[in-house]
Amino acid sequence: MSISTATATPAPRLRRPRRDIGPLDYTKRAWMRLLLAVNFVFLYFPIVALIAFSFNDSKRNITWQGFTFKYYTQAFNNNALQDAFTNSLMIAAISTAVSTVLGTMLGVALHRYRFPAKDVVESWVHLPIVIPEICMGVAMLALFALIKFPLGLATVIVSHIAFSIPFVAVVVRARMAGFDLSLEEASRDLGANQWQTFWNVTFPYLIPGAVAGGLLALTLSLDDFVITFFTSGPGSTTFPIKIYSMVRFSVTPEVNAASTILIVLTLTLTVVAMAMQGRGGNKKI
Amino acid sequence: MQNWRRNKFAFSVLFLPPAAWLVIFFTLPLAIVWVYSFGARGPLGEIILDWSAVSLGNYARSLEWINLEIVAKSIWIAVVATAICIGLGFPLAMGIAFASPRYRNILLLLVILPFWTNLLIRTYAWIAVLRERGHVNFALEWLHDTINGGLAVLGLPALLGAFEPLQLLYNQNAVIIGIVYVNLPFMVLPLYATLEKLDRSYLEASLDLGAGQWRTLFSVTVPLSLPGISTGVLLTFILALGSFLTPDLLGGPDSIMIGNLIAQQFGSARDWPFGAALSFLLMYATFIILWVKAMVAKREGGSAF
Repeated sequence: MSISTATATPAPRLRRPRRDIGPLDYTKRAWMRLLLAVNFVFLYFPIVALIAFSFNDSKRNITWQGFTFKYYTQAFNNNALQDAFTNSLMIAAISTAVSTVLGTMLGVALHRYRFPAKDVVESWVHLPIVIPEICMGVAMLALFALIKFPLGLATVIVSHIAFSIPFVAVVVRARMAGFDLSLEEASRDLGANQWQTFWNVTFPYLIPGAVAGGLLALTLSLDDFVITFFTSGPGSTTFPIKIYSMVRFSVTPEVNAASTILIVLTLTLTVVAMAMQGRGGNKKI
Repeated sequence: MQNWRRNKFAFSVLFLPPAAWLVIFFTLPLAIVWVYSFGARGPLGEIILDWSAVSLGNYARSLEWINLEIVAKSIWIAVVATAICIGLGFPLAMGIAFASPRYRNILLLLVILPFWTNLLIRTYAWIAVLRERGHVNFALEWLHDTINGGLAVLGLPALLGAFEPLQLLYNQNAVIIGIVYVNLPFMVLPLYATLEKLDRSYLEASLDLGAGQWRTLFSVTVPLSLPGISTGVLLTFILALGSFLTPDLLGGPDSIMIGNLIAQQFGSARDWPFGAALSFLLMYATFIILWVKAMVAKREGGSAF
């Protein structure tokens, strides 16, 4: 003891002795940290490079030449991109409004009622989530071609509503799982009719779920490429479709700038949706 | 939960409008495609559906060598991509599940975050990484020149010769990288869900009883997380098999997948009945995989997710 106090202690090394790492603390081990780092570089490098190079002052976009906003100005002043952006917002707004209402109704119905062949109906409702997007895309195209309905904004909106309904229903149903049905019974006991009970008891409870589902529908609609690819016509180019045609043409910083705008937009919406869901989960009503 | 008969009106008001929408704009379109898949293509690309033309010919055509090659290649690409996803995803999920609770949610969020950016953009981002004058080749060229420069300083001849950029884009490897990138979160999330719920005392028991870390990993941790592995594998495989955009943007002539073949039939080739048959082959594959998943979940008791 006296020796160790007398000699100068190698303090920084002793502060975190190796025995701090328990046998199951895999994440504290160097090799696991290296693996995590490799994974995260793989996940983030392409996107970070894409965003970084949208600020790169070079047309050929290969080496870093200096910081600029000019490709954002260019993207904002590109009429075709502007039109595509307006289309995307309009499609997303209508699709979100309709699919939120219909999806919420479906979620509540599935949560509340027992009916014949419910298992089958539930699998059927979840089908649009699981089948390959390309199958749904060509199916929508086949329907509109059969009834000779010209492809345009309407066909895109209708398709977006169809694939958004199940997602909203799933989110709303998850929210309703925490609902205490005795609250409704209490309301009925106290003299409220069925309609009043729904509006004053059930509806306020499901709002956070409906909002989160709606924001999910909004991001799905803004982001969708494959189904829109098959259902849009000449006048209904959406933002992702426009970016796709630009990508096919050439890889320019302007495409990076447009992509960055879309990334920021959808990330913001998703974060808001998460916050909504989180808040809804913590509060009682 | 109420029986719907007790309140038929309220049930109908809630259930019928969304159900009707899904019938008209989801089930009906699929039914049309299903019917088309038995039809024949007319000389102008029209669909012939009279009884004499109805056959399984379109399904048989997918077994013709040129198409079978694409189907087989799609399955191969999906298998390889799924395998790489486990290889990357298992350590990642384990690293997150065994992190201290303070960092767990942050790490999880970091995995999901790229997944919220647009599929098209995530795929496009790889073009800049992999192309001839892309980030990877640029880094390699720099490394190459540095080594050559170093050798020159030492007075040695430039051993490596002139730099030849690697052809990384527009081939099968680029498609596999893209598919792994796009689908990795679908593997990591179910894996994380099981690893996080795992009873740690089994691992401690194994270590106490003298098994090493590797033995514990392969004899205890991996078998206990099989439900998560099976969900992740099946999910990733379905999504990989149905890829359309990734091979379209990153692939070349050697890496056309079923999705691209379907899009071709509904586009430039104008052979809708054949495209419809291919589309339903993909759907059947999906149904079989989902059925397998349901069976596995039933045997494990409860949900596999």
